Amino acid sequence: MSQDLFFSQPVSSWMRQEASNSDIVLSSRIRLARNLTHYLFPTLFSKEQAVEVVRVFEQVFQKSENTNQWNLHLLKMNDLQPLQKQVLVEKHLISPNLAEGDNDGACFLSEKEDLSIMVNEEDHLRIQCLFPGLQLSEALSTANKVDNWIEKYVDYAFDENRGYLTSCPTNVGTGLRASVMMHLPALVMTRQIHRIIPAINQLGLVVRGIYGEGSEALGNIFQISNQMTLGKSEEDIVADLNSVVQQLITQEHSARDALFKTSRLELEDRVYRSYGVLANSRIIESKEASQCLSDVRLGIDLGYIKGLSQNILNELIIMTQPGFLQKYSGGPLKPQERDIKRATLIRERLTINKNIN
Amino acid sequence: MICQQCEMRPATLHFTKIINGEKTEMHVCEQCASENGDTFSFSNQEGFSINNLLAGLLNLDPAVTENYKQQSQEVLSCPTCGMTYQKFAKIGRFGCADCYKTFERPLIPFLKRLHGGNYLHHGKIPARIASNLHLKKELQALRLNLKEYIEKEEFEKAAELRDHIRLLEKKMNESREEEA
Ligand SMILES: [Zn+2]
Ligand SMILES: [Zn+2]
Repeated sequence: MSQDLFFSQPVSSWMRQEASNSDIVLSSRIRLARNLTHYLFPTLFSKEQAVEVVRVFEQVFQKSENTNQWNLHLLKMNDLQPLQKQVLVEKHLISPNLAEGDNDGACFLSEKEDLSIMVNEEDHLRIQCLFPGLQLSEALSTANKVDNWIEKYVDYAFDENRGYLTSCPTNVGTGLRASVMMHLPALVMTRQIHRIIPAINQLGLVVRGIYGEGSEALGNIFQISNQMTLGKSEEDIVADLNSVVQQLITQEHSARDALFKTSRLELEDRVYRSYGVLANSRIIESKEASQCLSDVRLGIDLGYIKGLSQNILNELIIMTQPGFLQKYSGGPLKPQERDIKRATLIRERLTINKNIN
Repeated sequence: MICQQCEMRPATLHFTKIINGEKTEMHVCEQCASENGDTFSFSNQEGFSINNLLAGLLNLDPAVTENYKQQSQEVLSCPTCGMTYQKFAKIGRFGCADCYKTFERPLIPFLKRLHGGNYLHHGKIPARIASNLHLKKELQALRLNLKEYIEKEEFEKAAELRDHIRLLEKKMNESREEEA
């Protein structure tokens, strides 16, 4: 496989798989933070140590059994163009921290883009697994498999009392960050989201809007993740998050039912208007585009719009980010030019999708 | 964790502010923290500084904080990486694994605030360390048994057990060497 696909295909192949609850949960992610013993953490290590750390992991992943199992490609940050790094960030395959960092960072990326192992981010190692829909346990078990296999070759910084030692004490213990991306348009429309978020925070979970250009929340997409990493087992952390997500799914469903009962015509009108905007506009800002995409996605879930893939929201939200738009048009774009490109791309995508289905 | 303000850079400062009894968690990057000095000021404190953010999170009364400041200037610096407590308070990140031992005392209340009262790990253990922990526990139990045999003057059984303990000790040392 050519590495170019990482930068040119907007939808990772893991996103295309069928999954449970994928009408509301867009994706599940598990991240494990690990560090090597005998090396300073990235906060303080020397350039020599940074290069050495990458080399250590390069050797681990070169063992034939490993390469075959995961089909990992090594991407060194220093070898990538800024635009390529931006695209990887927009696809959530690497963190902004790794892209911007000055630590000779690297990333081992699987062909399906469901496994991304970052080296020299805030910690020496960040193992990240991505699954479609609600599949936190599956993602955890894959992350554990990768972790166990790496551990056969390296010594992790670990302490009996504190667990896996990380640069930042907010990650110490399990080093685990579990998160899900949820599309919650009905909870937003009915304004229930404002009382739900504080309740979720009370349970030790963090809720964030997904942000694009500027600071506007995009397309009613929220990320829910655990805050605590110490004192609970990995399985318990995942189980707790899972049960909260299940409740949110139920609440979103009942909010959709209520809307459907009380304002069916308004809902239908909103979905079709948004579809009209996406299908016909020539200039569209990211905020409007993502709101319309959210409406159209809801329209697909409710059965109003047929012949469009459920993936349209995840796909176009990623594709209409600045990095992708510029990659797509083959050069740098001014904001106004981006709005034009965005509109063109969305129109094209809607037509292609209609034709295929 | 991403900064709540810019949603771009990683949040390196985490704190809780309480205004009129209402608790708010804040997670911000250094840049936003310094740019938004006014917004983040504590209700009953003069202004914002990165240092009193962490002091706020540590929830220490000023007398204790002063004490730590003085202590840390003289004593608290990590022998492995040279990290000082002040620097940690400023950047929110450690320089090496040994920092966790160096700063253990001020760290524990900090961990409790961050992790819902927890400061002990109850999760996964790397396989090699796990087998050693297991051995360690077994050895502790066997040594107690040995003491009992000696007290009861059952020397034959004691000798047998002593040999078994020596074997386990040897096994543990070997796996330690392998690790190193
Ligand atoms: Zn910030
Ligand atoms: Zn240190």
